[in-house]
Amino acid sequence: MSIVELKDVNFVYGQGTPYEINALKNINLTVEHGSITGLIGHTGSGKSTLVQLLNGLLKPSSGQVLIDGTDIWAEPKKIRDIRFKVGLVMQYPEYQLFDETVRDDIAFGPKNMGLDEEEIKKRVIEAAEFSGLDSALLDKSPFDLSGGQKRRAALAGVMAMNPKLLVLDEPAAGLDPRGRREILGRIRTYGRESGTSVMIVSHSMEDMAKYCDRILVMCGGQLMMEGTCAEVFSRYNELIEVGLDVPQITKIAAALKKHGVDIGDDVYTVNFALARVAEFMGLSLDQIEGRLHHGS
Amino acid sequence: MSAIIKTEHLCYSYHTEENKKVQAVNDVSIEIEEGQFVAILGHNGSGKSTFAKLLNMILTPESGKIFIDGKELTSPDITEDDIYDIRRQIGMVFQNPDNQIVATIVEEDVAFGPENLGIPSDEIRKRVDNALETVGMKKYARHAPHKLSGGQKQRVAIAGIIAMMPRCIIFDESTAMLDPLGRREVMDTIERLNRKDGKTVLHITHYMGEATRADRVIVMRHGSVYMDGTPKEIFTRVDELWEAGLEVPQTTEFMHGLNELGLSLPLDIFETEPCAEKSAEAILKWISDHK
Repeated sequence: MSIVELKDVNFVYGQGTPYEINALKNINLTVEHGSITGLIGHTGSGKSTLVQLLNGLLKPSSGQVLIDGTDIWAEPKKIRDIRFKVGLVMQYPEYQLFDETVRDDIAFGPKNMGLDEEEIKKRVIEAAEFSGLDSALLDKSPFDLSGGQKRRAALAGVMAMNPKLLVLDEPAAGLDPRGRREILGRIRTYGRESGTSVMIVSHSMEDMAKYCDRILVMCGGQLMMEGTCAEVFSRYNELIEVGLDVPQITKIAAALKKHGVDIGDDVYTVNFALARVAEFMGLSLDQIEGRLHHGS
Repeated sequence: MSAIIKTEHLCYSYHTEENKKVQAVNDVSIEIEEGQFVAILGHNGSGKSTFAKLLNMILTPESGKIFIDGKELTSPDITEDDIYDIRRQIGMVFQNPDNQIVATIVEEDVAFGPENLGIPSDEIRKRVDNALETVGMKKYARHAPHKLSGGQKQRVAIAGIIAMMPRCIIFDESTAMLDPLGRREVMDTIERLNRKDGKTVLHITHYMGEATRADRVIVMRHGSVYMDGTPKEIFTRVDELWEAGLEVPQTTEFMHGLNELGLSLPLDIFETEPCAEKSAEAILKWISDHK
């Protein structure tokens, strides 16, 4: 069974008004349990609308949204339960911190789920650990934390609800390269270790290539592509055509081919490109072992 | 050419909640020539934003001197009026476009700065029109800012600064919250302000690709200047940049990796096509040499 299944989903903003916009057109897709999926598309492509459909913030104009095999609108009164199943971390979630201490802020979600004290305590500690938040910070006011720490605290607040699907909108926006690597690495580890399915919305193709198993590409309200990183980025011409960027290394690989060094179209990280070049040069993998270390 | 900005042994520190002293800026002495496009890199906490805020006295330095256009900003006999005058020379654009817009109509927002400078209204009209033209937002003069995209809002914020006619503009991570299209719009605007209008630009950023477009790159670390040079000089020092928690353009990372495989390629190529051409040539030569 898939964690997410969308069947013929349409979404229209302002239906019946002169400002009617058909934001999603006939979307059919599935996301497998435990996978880390990247969702890309430029502003206005419909990806934010899609994300809001996943936890029932928006209701499709037609079609079905299935989470873990259940149509989330089958019983509209139970839609609140879906919000616990699908955790949504908005852009700049640090602006949504509000409680007196970091601990209380993280506990807010689990408390609303009606969990008992012991369980809440346990979850706060676990979530703080997964998000990389030092436990010494738990009793501080969230407003005394640095930007990066606030981001983690907000992330922990959603992780503490143990969602089956964690959806993050630009989780690394505004962070420096080290901060990006750290938070995306944490999210990936969290997905792998807890078995939670993860969906990351981002503009950064380099990050998507590094941290996701599969990629969904949205364009003009439609699902334009779906596949592994290699499958999606090998169609770089189409991506560029609709105004999306591909990792620079993918373009370098394409240009190398033109100059007689064919390392394949499915290259999307620098280390992978280097491994392919080594192969092209007839070097064995042992020979290059340990030489490719940094960056990607 | 004269230095529009000069600092001597500039220091700034603050105390955390636990009363721990943090030396945010530590002994920074630099000179920036009028008309230069300088990118400032460094990871969070490296002191780059604090440094920028010292330059127009949003923050007061702990010790050291700041000269703007030869005038000492930190001199004991400087008056408040002098500081206002100097501040007018150095405009600042911040990260979040939503925090920088005050009016409900784009052109009124751009007029806010010059109005506060007491400029006559027909002159303001001219300046606002020019500024919106420069950032490519003239079409939107009568629009409501909240309906614009991030990149458009940020360009309105830039127009508001241009209308005050500063000689130098500091962009404090002004592209960080934008999508790729918005970033490109803002970067093109910044580049045009520098190349065409001769404004001195200090651009603080995390994007290495943006820094490759500058004349000069300053890398800050632990509050001090860690590296200072042209993009070509800086980005070839791959290991040091990694050490400082920064990245290098993928072209450089790729060619650095090829060198680890035994080739010898230059690292100062940031464009895709020349990088691929040089690399392919070296790879094919290596193969024919090792047959």
